[in-house]
Amino acid sequence: MKALMFGWEFPPHILGGLGTASYGLTRGMAQQEDMEITFVIPKPWGDEDQSFLKIIGANSVPIVWKDNDYDYVRHRMEGKMSPEEYYHLRNNIHYDYSRIGTDDMGCVGFSGRYPDNLLEEIGNYEAVASVLAHALDFDIIHSHDWLTYPSGVFAKQISGKPLVIHVHATDFDRSRGNVNPTVYAIEKRGMDEADHIMCVSELTRRTVIEKYGQPPHKVSTVHNAVEPLANPEEFVKHERKDKLVTFLGRITMQKGPEYFVEAAARVLAKTDGVRFVMAGSGDMMNKMIDLVAQRGIADKFHFPGFMRGRQVQEVLADSDVYIMPSVSEPFGISPLEAMQVGCPSIISHQSGCAEILSHAIKTDYWDIDAMADAIYAIVKYPAMYKSLRELGRNEVNNIKWYDAGLKVRRIYDLVINGY
Amino acid sequence: MKNICFCFQMHAPYSLKRYRFFEIGQDHYYYDDMQTEDHVTSLINTSYMPLCKTIAEMIRLSKGRFHCALSISGTMLEMFEQYDPEMIDMLKELADTGCVEFVVTPYSYSLASVYSETEAAEQLQAQQAQVKQLLGVESTTACLSELLYSDEIAIQLHKMGFKAVMTEGAKHILSWKSPNYVYSSSAAPKLKVLLRNTNLSDELAFHFSDPTWHNYPMDGEQYAISLAGLPEEEQVANIWVGAETFGLRQAAVTGIFEFLKALPYFALEQGIGFMTPSEVAKKCAANDAVVVPYPLTWAGEAKDLSTYNGNDLQQEALQKLYAVAERVHLCKDKQLKHDWLILQDVNYLHYMNHIDQGATQFESAYDAFINYMNILSDFLQRVEEQYPTTIENEELNELLKTIQNQEKEIERLEKQLKDAKKEAKKDTPKKTCAKKAAK
Repeated sequence: MKALMFGWEFPPHILGGLGTASYGLTRGMAQQEDMEITFVIPKPWGDEDQSFLKIIGANSVPIVWKDNDYDYVRHRMEGKMSPEEYYHLRNNIHYDYSRIGTDDMGCVGFSGRYPDNLLEEIGNYEAVASVLAHALDFDIIHSHDWLTYPSGVFAKQISGKPLVIHVHATDFDRSRGNVNPTVYAIEKRGMDEADHIMCVSELTRRTVIEKYGQPPHKVSTVHNAVEPLANPEEFVKHERKDKLVTFLGRITMQKGPEYFVEAAARVLAKTDGVRFVMAGSGDMMNKMIDLVAQRGIADKFHFPGFMRGRQVQEVLADSDVYIMPSVSEPFGISPLEAMQVGCPSIISHQSGCAEILSHAIKTDYWDIDAMADAIYAIVKYPAMYKSLRELGRNEVNNIKWYDAGLKVRRIYDLVINGY
Repeated sequence: MKNICFCFQMHAPYSLKRYRFFEIGQDHYYYDDMQTEDHVTSLINTSYMPLCKTIAEMIRLSKGRFHCALSISGTMLEMFEQYDPEMIDMLKELADTGCVEFVVTPYSYSLASVYSETEAAEQLQAQQAQVKQLLGVESTTACLSELLYSDEIAIQLHKMGFKAVMTEGAKHILSWKSPNYVYSSSAAPKLKVLLRNTNLSDELAFHFSDPTWHNYPMDGEQYAISLAGLPEEEQVANIWVGAETFGLRQAAVTGIFEFLKALPYFALEQGIGFMTPSEVAKKCAANDAVVVPYPLTWAGEAKDLSTYNGNDLQQEALQKLYAVAERVHLCKDKQLKHDWLILQDVNYLHYMNHIDQGATQFESAYDAFINYMNILSDFLQRVEEQYPTTIENEELNELLKTIQNQEKEIERLEKQLKDAKKEAKKDTPKKTCAKKAAK
C-alpha cells in the first residue's frame, strides 16, 4: 500500500500539534510491513527523520519547466534529490504555472509557517501537488488539515485515486464559532470531495457532521496517541517548596487562558505554597498579564514565555499539575505528554483527548470552581497526586500510535475496496 | 427439614452536596437534603414499602409460618423517621408479628469493624438501641455492612455477646464445602457463622427477569421444587439480598412481588420451612469451623474489601477518617458526632473506585474523592477546634478525666460543705440552749 500524504509540519521544526501528530501517525503506520509513505511538506529543513518514510519538500519540486543541465541540477539539488528525480518530476509538469514566481530551478519557495499570504501558499502547494500526482505512483491520497485539502482534492482529480482527509482541527475550534468564510469554504470543499474523513476525536467528528453537513457514515474517529519517551527516567521532579501548576500552549482564545487565571485566583485566595505558570505566547498574553495584575496574584503567577522541545518536557516533569482549559480542542496531545512524565492533568470536557483518558480530571472549561477544586485537591491530597501520576502514566503508555495506524489502514482498505 | 432464611438489606447513604475547597471552614453542612429526600422517598415508594407490605401479607397467608430478617442501618431508620414515618409504623407492624427479625447492623453502614474496634462496638450498640426504642425488638445476630466478616471481627462480636454473624459464602473460604450448613468461627468457636448462598441470592437479585437465565421465567412453585432438590442433609439456604431488589432492580412489573407472595405456600407444600438468622443459629448445630484471616465481604468478584479500600484514594480517605476516631469519641458535640457517623458510610468509598463506582452522581473516582476530602477536611478542622492535635490523646484523656473529676470533686466538697452547714445550724440552737441552761 502506497500512500501519498500532504502535510504542513513535520518534526523537529513544528509550530503546533499538527506536526507531532503527523510524525506519530506515520511512524505508527510504518510499522505495518507493506506500508510505503511519501510525505509532502512545504519546506523541509533537512534534519527530519526519514528512516521510515520519504519526505518530499514542496519547495524543491519543479512546477515550471526550466532548462538546466545535469551538473547544475546536481549542484543545486544537493541533499534534496537526485538529478534523475528532478528530471522525472520536471517531465510531469502538465500545466502552465508560469504566473507563479519560481526560482531558476522552476521551484516555488514556501515559508512552511502560517504567514499572512497563507492562501497564496496553499495555492502554490496545490500546483506542486499536481506535478506529484502525475509523477508518483500511489494507491491513496491522505491530506492533513485544511491547508492541504486543496492539494489532496487536485491530486485526486488528476490521479483518480481515492482521497481521505484527516481533520486535526476545524475553524470552529480556532474561532469559538466565528468562522472565517474563506477557510470554511476550503474545509467544506475538501470534505465534500473526500472519500472518507478521519477526525481526531468524537467531538471533531460531530462538528464535521453538524457544521459541515457531512454524512455520518463517511466520517470516522481515529484518536491520536503519543510517542513513547525514549528515556523517561531523564525527567525528574525536583524538590521545591511551592507546588507548580502549569498551563502550556498558545495563549489564545481557543485555549481558555482566562479561566486558568480565574481558577488560580480562587486557589490563591485560600492557599499558600502554590505557584502558577503560563508558558507560551499568543495574542492574549498581554491581556492575561493585565488580568493577573487585576486579581492581585502577580507575585505567584509567572509568564516564562515560549518553550520548545526538551524544555517543554522538563517543565511538565517539574510541575505538580498540568492544566488545559481549552474552550474547544479537537484533540490536545499535551495532556498526554504531561502524563507521560508523571504530571497529573486537568482537562476540559471540550477537549477531544478527554474521550480516551480516565485518569485525568475533567471539568467544563467555564467551570472555574471545579477547576480550582481539582487543583487544590491535587496539591493538598497526596493520594490524589499519586493516583493520577501513576495510573495516568500507565494509561498513557498504553495509547499507541501503532493502533491508530491500524485504524487508518482499515479505513484505507475500506475506501480502496469500495472505490 | 430444609429451611429458607431470607434477609433483606435496607440502606441508603446521605447524598453529599457539591462541596468546594473554598467552603472548608465556612460551611459545616455537607448534605444535599433535596437529593437525599428524593432518593429515599423513591426507594420507599417503589421498593421498601411494597416489600414490607408483601412480607406482612406472606406472614398472614402462611399463618405466621413465614419468617425472615431485615437488616436496616441506623441512618436509614433516621431517614425513615424524617422523610416517611409511615415506614416506621409498617416496620413496627412487622416487628409485632414476631416473625421478622431485625438483625444488628452498624449504625452508619461503615467499615468501622476493620478500622476502629470501639467505634464498631458503639455503632452496633447504637443501632440495637435504636431498633429497640423504635420497634421494641432485639436480636443477637450481627450483619455487618456488605456482610463484612473476619476472624478478628468474630472475636469482637463474641465479646459483645452476639450469638451469630452473617457473611458471604465465598468460594475462597468454603472451597468444596456448601454454604447451606451452619458453621462456627475458628477464632470464637461459640459464635455461629451463617453463610449467604451466593448463587441462589444473586439469581434472584440479578437474573429474575433475565430471559437468558436458564430458569427463566421463575415462579414460586418451581423455586420451591428446586430448593427441595438440594441434598437432604443441607439445613438452610441463606438468601440475602438488598431490599431494592424488589421493585427497583427487578421492577414490580416483572412479577417479583407475586413471586414472593406465592413462595410460602409452595415451600410449605414441599416441606420447606422459613427461619430467621437467630432461629437458624439456635436450632442448627455448627458442622465445621471456618477460617477467615482476611476481611470478607459480598462485594465484587474478589469478595473482599478491595472494592472499598483497594486504591490509594480510598486508603487515604479511610486513613484520614479513622485517625481521628479516638478524638471524636472524646467529643460531646452532637452535630459533630452525627457527621462523624455519616461520613463513615461505605458508599462514599465505593464512589472512589476507579472500576466500579456504584450508583453515584460523581463523574469519576477522582471527582468523588475531591468532594469527600473537602468535606472531611472541614470536619477534621472542627475536631481540631474542639481538641487541638498538639495535645496527645492520652494527655487529653487525662485532662478530660481531671476536668470531669474536678466537677465530681467540687460536687462532693459542696455536699460536704452543705452537710457541715446543716449540722452547724442544728448544732447552734442546741448550744444556745445549753448555754441558757448553763446560765
